[in-house]
Amino acid sequence: MDSATVFRADGVGKTYPGVRANDDVSFEIAKGEIHALLGENGAGKSTLVKMIYGLVRPDDGHMTLLDRPHEPSDPRAARAAGVAMVFQHFSLFDALTVAENIALGMENPPPRRELADRITKVSHEFGLPLNPARRVVTLSAGERQRVEIIRCLLQNPRLLIMDEPTSVLTPQEAELLFATLRKLAAQGTAILYISHKLEEIRAHCDRATILRHGRVVDSCNPRDHSANQLAAMMVGGEMRAVDRSGRNAGETLLDLRDLSLPAPTAEGVALKSVSLSLRAGEILGIGGVAGNGQEELLAALSGEMPSTPGTLSVEGADLSQAGPAARRRAGLLAAPEDRLGHAAVPDFSLTENTLLTAGDRKSLVRRGLIDHDAARDFAQAVIATFDVRTPGPGTAAKALSGGNLQKFVIGREVLQDPRVLVVNQPTWGVDAGAAAAVRQSLLDLARSGAGVIVISQDLDEILELSDRFCALNEGRLSDPVPTEGLTLERIGLMLGGAHGMEEARI
Amino acid sequence: MIQLVPRTGASGLWQVATPVLAVLATMLTGGLLFALLGHDPVAAIRTIFWDPLFGMAASYSRPQLLVKAAPLILIASGLAVGFRAGIWNIGAEGQYIIGGITGAGVALALHPLDAFWIFPAMVLAGLAGGWAWGMIPALLRNWFGASEILVSLMLVYVAQRVAAWMAFGPMKNPEGFGFPGSRNLQQYPSASNPELFANTGAHWGVFAALAAVVATWVLMSRHIRGFHIRAAGTAPRAARFAGVRPQVLVAFCLGLSGALAGAAGLFEVAGPAGQVTDKLGVGYGFTAIIVAFLGRLHPVGILLAGLLLALTYIGGELAQLTMQLPAASVQVFQGMLLFFLLGFDILTRFRIVRRVRA
Repeated sequence: MDSATVFRADGVGKTYPGVRANDDVSFEIAKGEIHALLGENGAGKSTLVKMIYGLVRPDDGHMTLLDRPHEPSDPRAARAAGVAMVFQHFSLFDALTVAENIALGMENPPPRRELADRITKVSHEFGLPLNPARRVVTLSAGERQRVEIIRCLLQNPRLLIMDEPTSVLTPQEAELLFATLRKLAAQGTAILYISHKLEEIRAHCDRATILRHGRVVDSCNPRDHSANQLAAMMVGGEMRAVDRSGRNAGETLLDLRDLSLPAPTAEGVALKSVSLSLRAGEILGIGGVAGNGQEELLAALSGEMPSTPGTLSVEGADLSQAGPAARRRAGLLAAPEDRLGHAAVPDFSLTENTLLTAGDRKSLVRRGLIDHDAARDFAQAVIATFDVRTPGPGTAAKALSGGNLQKFVIGREVLQDPRVLVVNQPTWGVDAGAAAAVRQSLLDLARSGAGVIVISQDLDEILELSDRFCALNEGRLSDPVPTEGLTLERIGLMLGGAHGMEEARI
Repeated sequence: MIQLVPRTGASGLWQVATPVLAVLATMLTGGLLFALLGHDPVAAIRTIFWDPLFGMAASYSRPQLLVKAAPLILIASGLAVGFRAGIWNIGAEGQYIIGGITGAGVALALHPLDAFWIFPAMVLAGLAGGWAWGMIPALLRNWFGASEILVSLMLVYVAQRVAAWMAFGPMKNPEGFGFPGSRNLQQYPSASNPELFANTGAHWGVFAALAAVVATWVLMSRHIRGFHIRAAGTAPRAARFAGVRPQVLVAFCLGLSGALAGAAGLFEVAGPAGQVTDKLGVGYGFTAIIVAFLGRLHPVGILLAGLLLALTYIGGELAQLTMQLPAASVQVFQGMLLFFLLGFDILTRFRIVRRVRA
């Protein structure tokens, strides 16, 4: 093994009951390399990094870190050996300051003042502006991520694992992150980078290891391949490009006028004078970093949060005060972001879950009584039309994988033939194949004359689907611009730019 | 090392097995307790669970089974609906008392009028009284966010004071020689709730309980309202997304369980109890909570659990009479039953796995 190799996996395997999560996985990460780990959901990426970080023990094979056997019994041992990890979901205490949060994650935290100095030093060195005295609750998602990264950097890791780090960032914030990662790599740290975003990997990673069904299927320099080729390697087949043809904007279907709502909870966001109009056959994309009012906007449209009269109308009828059931009868349907617990009841079967939204429009409920046969038939139709992989309509929603449940949730609304469909994060955490199917179904729906609103953090998705684009920032909706010719840079500026960019230029 | 591993879905087998296990464990521990008190444990268990049905005095005690089970089942059916939605009415005892008072109030106001519609009017008044008492915690929760658990429980004690006031004051029998308590409705044919078939114990409340079992079963498994209740209990956000208004659900569940408890109170006052006294509440409203859980919040389960707990009432009295067991033993028994049920409940959601340490 040559000394440039920081980490090596040799024939690593892991079996869970009924699933071979990893099988004979071998790959190397070189010193100073940004190494991408690519694969669909369920391909075995997270099991693999959990083994490297000591959260899970491999069943067979072995791992080597810096020429020593790497067999961490827990994350503490892995950290001591030089592995650090930034998780997709942050583990920070809102009420504490940046420095306090970092101290909590350290084995032997130095005195406060010294720690604050080190945080400031590291944050300047790597271009991650952060004030150690600020409370976490006041930080943006990008800034919170910096706290996690600095917490890792203070350990001087030799291998840094990053799990989908840019999913919460604006393009500018993502650029800032990559600049940091490149500085780190230049100092010899190896970086294992997990992401769905193929363009990002092509632009910034030196090597890519591609996993499919738990096995390494390919290893390549991502710069030598197009995003489509990479996606094909991931799913094991050509990616179907979505078909945008055949749509003509018709009459106005949905009209929001000066819709304002107070924040529903202490952590929620108030909607401030939101106006938009949606025409038949049109897809309107609403972008923005999570926590800028997306959930609240969906609730205002679905009827979970009624608004003042005259602020929301569908085909001329004022529905501002109508509840979800009345809005569905009028043709305004919605699919929330949170699949388990919001869009679907986890413990209920798929058949029962159709009753959540389709009772009226599909005549599954008559005079209050449930027609179970009709509900099962409708669930079966959704499963067949949207290729939901499940043993049958009697399966509990929580037993489905994220992608399959998402196809079911979107399919349940699309097959009700809505006049207006609002979706929030339609492909979040969904593998590439299923995401393409979901997007195509939205385009088909628009072609058939419905209006569609896609709320998403995935800007590539918005550019691919929508005719017009609005940015949602702190509960305010920007004026729409046509997506034709729109660049990521321009979108980033519309989203309010990177938080803390000003400090970064000092 | 023994570990608990979550099950992927709730186990159907254990859903049924845990109540049975809980009953067995209660018998075992109860037997141990009686042995420590110096009684023959086998004889005590037999006296409680076997003799009321098949023992020497069974011809007297068997009808009592339906008399005691009817209010338990009637109240538990309503409570279970709310419990499924995560709305915790702990105050059925109070709604039972108020229903008994309002129902009896109709009869006492009309006395000595003789008409066929008096008893139906009393049932309606009982339903209404229980409903109104249940609506107090519902409205306080909807308007001010007050916990329905605390408010409904506190109202039990208010209801008990109201019952005492009625028994000593406005409803006191004018021909009762100064004794507390209202007229005896058993002696007022138009208002009484008699045993309909000799030696069965079956009065109108028994049929009402059976009707409640069927009606709540249809509600929970066939009606969209029941679907919404179940959805709200396990995934409140999904229920709101479906169009459920939580405030309406709170009012519905507390109103329904209150009305059924009120009806149970009326059937008791007009039948077995006969009169409004300060001892109107005998704990059916609290025991019904155990019945609801022991029956897994399912109408058929509640039917069986209601009969079982009625048995412990009768058997406990019998054991008190023949073996001089302490009167509190019945309550200990019922308490242990709920305790073991909740304890064993973990088996429906987890598997026990024995692991050898690596």
